[in-house]
Parts: sequence; C-alpha cells; structure tokens
Amino acid sequence: MAIKTEPFVLNMGPQHPSTHGVFRMRLTLDGEVVVDLEPIFGYLHRGIEKLVEGRTYAQIIPITDRLDYAAPMSNNLAYVLAVEKLAGITVPERAEYLRVIMAELQRIASHLLAVGSFLNDCGAYFTPFLYMWRERESIVDLFDMVCGQRLTYNYMRIGGVSHDVPDEFLVALDKFVGRMPFFIDEYDQLLAENEILLARTKGVGILSKELAINSSASGPVLRGTGVEWDIRRAAPYSIYDRFKFDIPIGSVGDCYDRYRVRVEEMRQSVRIINQAMKQLPPGEIRSEVPPLLRPPVGEAYGHIESPKGELGFYLVSDGSIAPYRLHIRPPSLINLTALRDMIIGWKIQDVVVVLGSIDICLGEVDR
Amino acid sequence: MALTLSGEEIGAKLEEKFPGSIVESDKDSFLVRSEFLLPVADYLKDTPGLDFDFLSYITAVDYYEYFEVVYRLTSLEHNHSLVMKARCYGRDNLSLPSVVSLWRGADFQEREIYDLMGISFDSHPNMRCIFLWDSFEGHPLRRDYL
Repeated sequence: MAIKTEPFVLNMGPQHPSTHGVFRMRLTLDGEVVVDLEPIFGYLHRGIEKLVEGRTYAQIIPITDRLDYAAPMSNNLAYVLAVEKLAGITVPERAEYLRVIMAELQRIASHLLAVGSFLNDCGAYFTPFLYMWRERESIVDLFDMVCGQRLTYNYMRIGGVSHDVPDEFLVALDKFVGRMPFFIDEYDQLLAENEILLARTKGVGILSKELAINSSASGPVLRGTGVEWDIRRAAPYSIYDRFKFDIPIGSVGDCYDRYRVRVEEMRQSVRIINQAMKQLPPGEIRSEVPPLLRPPVGEAYGHIESPKGELGFYLVSDGSIAPYRLHIRPPSLINLTALRDMIIGWKIQDVVVVLGSIDICLGEVDR
Repeated sequence: MALTLSGEEIGAKLEEKFPGSIVESDKDSFLVRSEFLLPVADYLKDTPGLDFDFLSYITAVDYYEYFEVVYRLTSLEHNHSLVMKARCYGRDNLSLPSVVSLWRGADFQEREIYDLMGISFDSHPNMRCIFLWDSFEGHPLRRDYL
C-alpha cells in the first residue's frame, strides 16, 4: 500500500550558521529533496543608499567598509574610483600601487574566508578553516600596520590613500608573499583530491554558462562556468594593465569549480603583489582634493573586480557636497539570482554546500 | 580594453529601426520611450555585432518631475557596454515593462526598485517587496521620503 505524502516547507535561516549571515531560504521539500526555494532578504537592510545622500563624498568611505565586511578594501577602492571618475581627479603613482597591493591582499583574505567556510559547510569541520584563518590573520596584521584597523579599514581616500606604509610593512609583506604559495600547496595536499570533498562538490549545484551570463553572475561564480571574464582584464582600472596574471576558469560550473577558481585566484593575487612590490615607486600618496568636494553635475560608474564579482558604484552629482544618488551594484545579491536553479533537485544537505560555494556577504546583499 | 559605445550612434540606429523610439541621446547614453523599451532591449540583445548578453545593473534615480531608470548593458563577447535609460513621469502608479524575460539578472534588481522607489515592472514573475516587509508604507529611496 502506498503511503500518502505531501511536500513540506522548511525555513532555513535567517539564523542559521551556514547562511553566513541573516539570510532565509524558504525550502519546499519532498522528503530530503528540494523541490522549490525562495530566497528572502532584508534582515540586514540598513538603507545605505539613502544614508549617503546626507553625507559628503569623503564621509561615505567608512560607510562602504560596512557593505561587504569581508573585503572592505575592495569596497573603498570601487567607491573612490567612481568619485575620481566623476570629479576628474588623478591619483599619484605610489598610491595606485599601494591600492593594488591592498586590493589583492584583500582578495586573498576574502577567498581564504570563503574557501575555509565552504569546506566547513562540506563537513571538513574547522580544521582547514583554522589553517586558512592563520594566513588571514597575517593579512589582517598587515592592514593593521597601514591603517590601525583590523576590520573596517577606511584606508582609501579620494585622490590617494590615507597613510603611507611604514618601513616594517614591506618587510612583513615580502615575508608573507614568500610563504603564501607554500600554504596554498599545503591546502591542496590536504583537500584537492580528498574523496569526501570530491563526492560532496563534484557535479553538485551546476550552473550552466548560458544561465550564468543571463542571470548577470560575476566573479568566481561566472568564471567557474568557464567564462573568462575578469574586469581587471576586460576594463583595467587603476594600474592593472601593468601586471601579468592569468584568469583561472572552471569547466562545468559545479561547486568544485568555484572552489578551485578561488584557490587559483589566490596564487594569481600573490603574483600581482610580487610585481607591484618590485615596481613600487617613491613619491606622494595623495593628490590635493578639497575636503568639501563638489564634483560637476553628471554621473559616473566605477566598477572593480571585487573578490565576489563585479562591484560597482553609480554616482549622480547635482554639484553639491553630497551625492544626489548613489547606487551600489552588489555582486553577492545578483549572484543569488540563479540560486534556485542550482539547488532544485538536490538534497537539503547540498543546499549548504551550494550556498557556501557562491560566497555571499549579507552586508552587501541587503545593504 | 573595454569600449563604451556612443549613445548617439546606437540611438540613431535604433531610431531608424524603430521610428519614434528614441527621445534623446548623448555620447554616454540614450533615452528610450517606455513603450519601445522591450523591443529595443530585445534588438540590442540579439543583433549580431551588438550582442548585449549581460545586464550589469539596473537602478532608478528620482528627479522629482520624473524617475529615470538606468540599464547598463555589456557584451561579454565584444567587451563593449552601453547605457540605456527610460523615464516614468508622475509620482503614483508608475510602471515600466520588465526585462526579466530577456535577462534573468534583472529579477532581484527590479524588485528592489519596486520596493525602494515605487516603480512596478509589468509581467515581472514575482513583483513583491524584496528588502522591506509587505505592509511597509512609502518608498524610502525617493527624494521626498524623509
């Protein structure tokens, strides 16, 4: 005799360790299999786009730290690039190099967190995470040396950076980038061919190339599907056209590909930092910018390849000291567009793996 | 190196294909009449040589007399981009056609504009608030919301 069954609705989150913040998924389950998913946002919505309309251009920089709090340097950079584009401000050479060094260190730090917590979600409970946390700690110490902060750096300024680096920074940075490739090898020895990891991630949560492009995915999520698209190469900002680096891509777009893309990107970031350190010129770190900047009437869009994808700031100026409108293009939110397609048909324990492989930060999703 | 296509050039091309569709254009962008938004977007997406397959972002700006909705389109194949704009006049019952059928990436962004600016998008599959709760009154990103 057949037993009568019916679908079952489960709220995953907003308080759930694997949603990496306050994010809710309303899952409809048939036994253990997910038949429908509805993402629900807004638990961390602070109205940042409204908040900045009452602040001067310089006062907005610390607010950008609070967007993707796993990568504040990248947020700083994208915002100041947009303002500089709007107001036509040039940046001294030394500051450009310092910005690139910080942005790439930040990419490594963000990917270490992403990969570490992803492996946690796969069941490799906290051992790999703490290995990666050890290296992330060195990066946080480096940032502490340049700006005195460990989480919200507020380091970039319109027209440059806030402080020049102390002498001991370059020594410590040299030591760090010398060691980092060996650490990445170590992670690979531990994990890359681990049978359990392969079973949990290979072929799981596949995102097709067509859907990735159509749903505006960017960053490792897009590159994991095999699309070679990186804004550092496609539309080089700052001085990225001076460095040699490869764009790692995946082949099938599963969780494993996204994980591999992040690991390989860390190696490429080390390469970029090495080149930037060798070329770092002496000189000014900030150009003269009035404290109450009044950009001419107009609009500008500044975008960068942040660790999570295309992070952009669209600014509209009416000629006053505060922006008329600031829109943030959040890669974390837009990368979730195809989440439903990636998860349907998989079991509930795969939901945490797929979500972990997308790498979202709720400060940026909800803003 | 990425190329930003001239709004004037593309605007003239579109005006030829869809007479009466383009209100104005300048070097950075063009303004399309809302009833032509979907056919123009479809043309930009599927015409060989343009191939705007990637929608970078959508946002809206409140200029009091009208709302301007900004679409930034990118072609990953040709590495060029373009800004398309559309306007909604008035303050109440505003709507524009949804582009979700062309670019799925518009899904959450159109909901965000509906929630925070109060412009609804016709034929969007799930036109509901995204960040605020359903009973929230007002649209906080409007300039007159204090």
